[in-house]
Amino acid sequence: MNLSAIDPVLLIASLMVAATPIILAAIGELVVEKSGVLNLGVEGMMITGAICGFGVAVESGSPVLGFALAAIGGAVLAMLFGLLTQVLLSNQVATGLALTLFGLGISALIGQSYRGISPPATTRLDMGPLSDLPVIGRILFSHDWMVYFALALVAVVWAFLKFTRGGLILRAVGENHEAAHALGYKVVRIRLMAIAFGGACAGLGGAYISLVRVPQWTDGMTAGAGWIALAIVVFASWRAGRVLLGAYLFGGITVLQLNLQAAGVPVPVEVLSMSPYLITIAVLVLMTSGRRGNSAPAMLGRLFHASS
Amino acid sequence: MRLEKRPEPSRAWMVATPVLAVILTMIAGGVMFALLGKDPFVAIRTIFWDPLFNEQFAAYSRPQLLVKAAPLILIAIGLSLGFRAGVWNIGAEGQYIIGAICGAAVGLAFYPADLFIVFPLMVLAGALGGFLWAMIPGLLRVRFGTNEILVSLLLVYVAEQLVASMALGPLRNPEGGGFPGSRNLQQYSAASNGELIAGTGMHWGVVAAFISVIFAYILLNRHLTGFHIRLAGQSPRAARFGGVNPGRLVLFCMGVSGALAGLAGMFEVSGPAGQIGIDFNVGYGFTAIIVAFLGRLHPVGILLAGLLMALTYIGGELAQFMLGLPSASIQAFQGMLLFFLLAVDMLTNFRVRIGRGAKI
Amino acid sequence: MINRRTLLGATAILATIATGAFAQVDKVKVGFVYVGPVGDGGWTYYHDVARKAVEEHFGDKVETVFQESVPEGADSERVMTQMALSGANLIFTTSFGYMDPTINVAAKFPNVKFEHATGYKTAENVGVYSARFYEGRAIQGHIAGRMTKTNKIGYIASFPIPEVIRGINSAYAHAKKANPEVEFNVIWAYTWFDPAKEADAAKALIEQGNDVILQHTDSTAPQAAAKAAGNVITFGQAADMAEYAPLPRVSSIIDDWAPYYIARTQAVIDGTWKSDNTWDGIAKGMVVIGEISDAVPADVKEEALALKASIVDGSYHPFTGPMKKQDGSDWLADGEVADDGTLAGMNFFIEGLTGEIPN
Repeated sequence: MNLSAIDPVLLIASLMVAATPIILAAIGELVVEKSGVLNLGVEGMMITGAICGFGVAVESGSPVLGFALAAIGGAVLAMLFGLLTQVLLSNQVATGLALTLFGLGISALIGQSYRGISPPATTRLDMGPLSDLPVIGRILFSHDWMVYFALALVAVVWAFLKFTRGGLILRAVGENHEAAHALGYKVVRIRLMAIAFGGACAGLGGAYISLVRVPQWTDGMTAGAGWIALAIVVFASWRAGRVLLGAYLFGGITVLQLNLQAAGVPVPVEVLSMSPYLITIAVLVLMTSGRRGNSAPAMLGRLFHASS
Repeated sequence: MRLEKRPEPSRAWMVATPVLAVILTMIAGGVMFALLGKDPFVAIRTIFWDPLFNEQFAAYSRPQLLVKAAPLILIAIGLSLGFRAGVWNIGAEGQYIIGAICGAAVGLAFYPADLFIVFPLMVLAGALGGFLWAMIPGLLRVRFGTNEILVSLLLVYVAEQLVASMALGPLRNPEGGGFPGSRNLQQYSAASNGELIAGTGMHWGVVAAFISVIFAYILLNRHLTGFHIRLAGQSPRAARFGGVNPGRLVLFCMGVSGALAGLAGMFEVSGPAGQIGIDFNVGYGFTAIIVAFLGRLHPVGILLAGLLMALTYIGGELAQFMLGLPSASIQAFQGMLLFFLLAVDMLTNFRVRIGRGAKI
Repeated sequence: MINRRTLLGATAILATIATGAFAQVDKVKVGFVYVGPVGDGGWTYYHDVARKAVEEHFGDKVETVFQESVPEGADSERVMTQMALSGANLIFTTSFGYMDPTINVAAKFPNVKFEHATGYKTAENVGVYSARFYEGRAIQGHIAGRMTKTNKIGYIASFPIPEVIRGINSAYAHAKKANPEVEFNVIWAYTWFDPAKEADAAKALIEQGNDVILQHTDSTAPQAAAKAAGNVITFGQAADMAEYAPLPRVSSIIDDWAPYYIARTQAVIDGTWKSDNTWDGIAKGMVVIGEISDAVPADVKEEALALKASIVDGSYHPFTGPMKKQDGSDWLADGEVADDGTLAGMNFFIEGLTGEIPN
C-alpha cells in the first residue's frame, strides 16, 4: 500500500473532468423537473448527443461544431418526449424510459460507421500564467473549455431560477400548473422549452464523454451516466448549486476508489466499486432527514391538460 | 386540433389503441428497415409472425414467449401497485438480482442433498431477498423522507457489483476450474425449476406470474388495500382523510414489488438461466416498468403487454440473424412501439376535435 | 428438419442447373453468437472480422449468420436453438458464459457442431478453443520492463478469472526479468468494456506515476488517456489499436480467429469435424503480436522479437521455473514448465506481485 502515490491535486483535477458530463446532464434535468416534468430519458438523450457530437466533430474537424450539434440532437430527441407527454399526454415515467431505449438503439445505428475513429481534440483553454500557479493552477486553470462552460451553465441556471422573472414563471409552472395557467402562462409551451433545454444539456454531457473524456465512439458508452445525473438532481434537492456538489462528490468517489485500488489499499475491490453509490445514498439520507416536507416541485410528473 | 377530456375512458379505444399502435410501429419500423436496406415486409413478418407461426421455429418459440414474459409480468404486476399509489420503485432490477442471489445461495447451501424442501426454501429466500432489498428505499422514505426513486435506482448498481463478486467469490462453482459463475442449478434436481410439462415452457415462474395477475386483480377490485392504493394515487390528501396510513402503504407497495421481483430472479436463476454469472441480470427490472405502463397498470393489460414485449424480443432475435439486422435496430424498433402505444393511449381518455370548438 | 433441408437442397440443385453454374450444392451455414456489439472494437469485433474472413474464403459455399449482444444465460440458449433450427451446421459461441447453454443446445441437436470459446466443457459435437494470450503478455512484459522509467507499471484488469490472472503473471514475470526494480499496480475494473471507467482507471494509474499501462479490458479509452498524458506507453488489447501508434501504443496483442474458423468450417464441409480442445498461441497465428513501433529502442525490439521467436519455435515457455507463488511457496522447479491444467485454472499471483486477487 502506498497512499503517498495519490496526488490530491491531480485527484481533484481529474474529478472535475469526471464530473463534467454529469453536471451538464443534471443541470438540464433540474430545469426540466423545476417545470414539473420528470424526464427519465436522460441516458437516451446523452447517448444521442454523444454520437451526434462525435459524428459532426469527426466530419467537420471542429469539436465546437460537434458540441453544438450534440445539443441540437439531444434537444430533438427531447422534443419527441415533449410531444408525447405535453401534447399527447402520455405518462412521463414510461415515456422517459422508452426514450432511453430508443436513444440507445438509434445512436448505435448512427454510430456504426464511426467505430474506432479518434475525434479532433477539444482544446485546453489557455489561461497563460494562471495555469502555472502551484496547486490552484492545476486544479482550476488547466482544463478544456467545456469544464468551464459547465460551471458557467450551473451559475446561469442558478441565477435564472433565483433572480429572473422567467425563472419565477418556470418554478410557478412546476409548483402549480393550474394556477400558472389561470394567470395566463402557457404551461405547455414553457414546459416544452424546459424539456428542450434539458435535452440540449444532456446532449452536451454525452458529447463530453465521446469527445473529451474517453474520447471515442462505442455503443452504449454513456454506461449509466444519465441515471446518475437523475440521481444527482434529487440528491441536490432541486438546487443548482448542490448539483455541483453532488456531481463532484460522486465523481470524486469514483476517481478516488480507482486511485485507492491503484495504490494497493487493502479494501475489497467490490466494496470500493459500490462505494460511490452507497456513499451517495448515505449522504442523501443525512441531507433529507430532519427536514420536513419534500422539496420536489409539487407538480413533478403530473399531467397537465388545460380544460378551458 | 385540440383535445377534449372524455367523461369516461372510451372502452372501444382501450381495445383499439394497442392495435393501432402496433400498426403504426410496423409502418415506421418498416421505413427504418427499408432505410437499412432490408425488405420491410420480411422484417416485420419475421418479428411478429415467425415466432408464433413459422413451422421451422414456432414449436420452440411459442413456449419461449412464456419463459421470456414471465419475469416481466411478475415484476410489472408488483410495480404497478406502487405506481398506482405514487410509490416509485425504479430499482426492481436490483431486487431481481438479490432475489436470485438469495435463492441460489440457499439452493447451493444444500447441495448435493436431494431434499424435497430445498426448492420451497429457495422460493422463500428469493422473495425475502427481494423484499428486504426493496425495504431499504421503503424504510428510508418512510423514516427519513428520502426519495425512493433515487435510492432504489442506486441500489441496482450496488446489486450488480454484488452479483459479480458473488459469481467470483462465495457462490463460485468449486468444480468450475476457477472460472466465474455458480454451479448450474439445472443439474441439481432438488433446486431446479425445470419445465413442468415438457415442451410448454411452463415453469414455476410462469405459474407464479399467472397467479400474481389474479392476485393483483382481486386485490385492486375486491380488497380494501386495493382501494387505498387507488385512492392514494388519485388524491393523497383524500386518502389521508380516508384513514390510509401513507407510511404503511409505501412499505406495502415496496415490499410486494420487491418480493415479486425477487421471486422472478429466483425462478430465473433456478430455471432458464441456471446459474449466477457475472452479468446475470439482463434488464428485466427496467423493461418491466415499461410493461407495467403499456398494460396501463391493469393486471390483465400487463399480462398482454408482457407477452407482446416478449414477442418483440424473440422475433427481434430471429430478425437479427435471419436478416442480418443490427441489434440496435431492434432496440430502436421496441422504442418506437412504446412511443406509439403511449401516444395513441391519449385517444382513450380524450376526444380529438378538429377546428376551434366554442369555448365553454 | 431433414426433409426440409433436402427439399431446400433440391431447389438449390434446380437453381444451379438453371443458372448453369457448377457451385457446390451443399451450402454450409455457420452461426456466430457474440456477447458484445460487433462495434466494440475489441473482443467481439475481432470475432466478426474472422466471420467475414470465413465468408470471403469460402464464397458461395458458406453462409454465415450472427447475432450480437446476446446476454449469457437463458437468452443465449434460445438464440443458439433458433440458429440450429434455422439450419446452421456449425455454431461458434464466443463467450465463456455460453458454456452451459452450448452444452444444453448441443445435446438437442446432435447433427449440429458447436465450438465454444474459452470454456472447458466438451461433448461429441462440442469443441472448445481458446488462445494463449499469455504468450503475448510475456513479450509485452519484457518491453514494458525495459521501457519504464518510473519502474511502475499499471495494469487495468477486468475480472479476477484465470485468463486475466495468467496475463498479469506472465507480464510481471517477464517485466521483472528485464528490470528487477519493476512494480505492478493492478486495478480491477470489474468490466470488460466501459470506456469511461477504463479512462478513469488509466488516469488514476498515470497520476500515480505508472508510465506503462497494460490493459485487459477492450476499449481504446486507456490509449487515449495515455496519449493525453504523454510519456506513457500502452499496448493494444484484443485489437491492434494502430490508430494510437507509434506512441503511446508501442505494440499489441491481436486475437486472430480467422485461420481457426476457416479450418473448422472446412472440416464441417469435408465431414471430418471432430470435437477437440484447441489452445493455440503465437505459433499457430491465433495470437498475433502487432507491429512493434519505432518508439521502442532497437535493442529492446530485437530482444522482444527474439523472445517471440523462442516461443514460436517451442524452445521457450513463458511459465518456466524457477517460479514461486505470491505466498512464497514453490510452484515450478528450475527448468520446469507449467502444465496446461494449472494454467487453465490459474488462481494465484506469482511471487513479487503485491495486492490480493479479489474473491
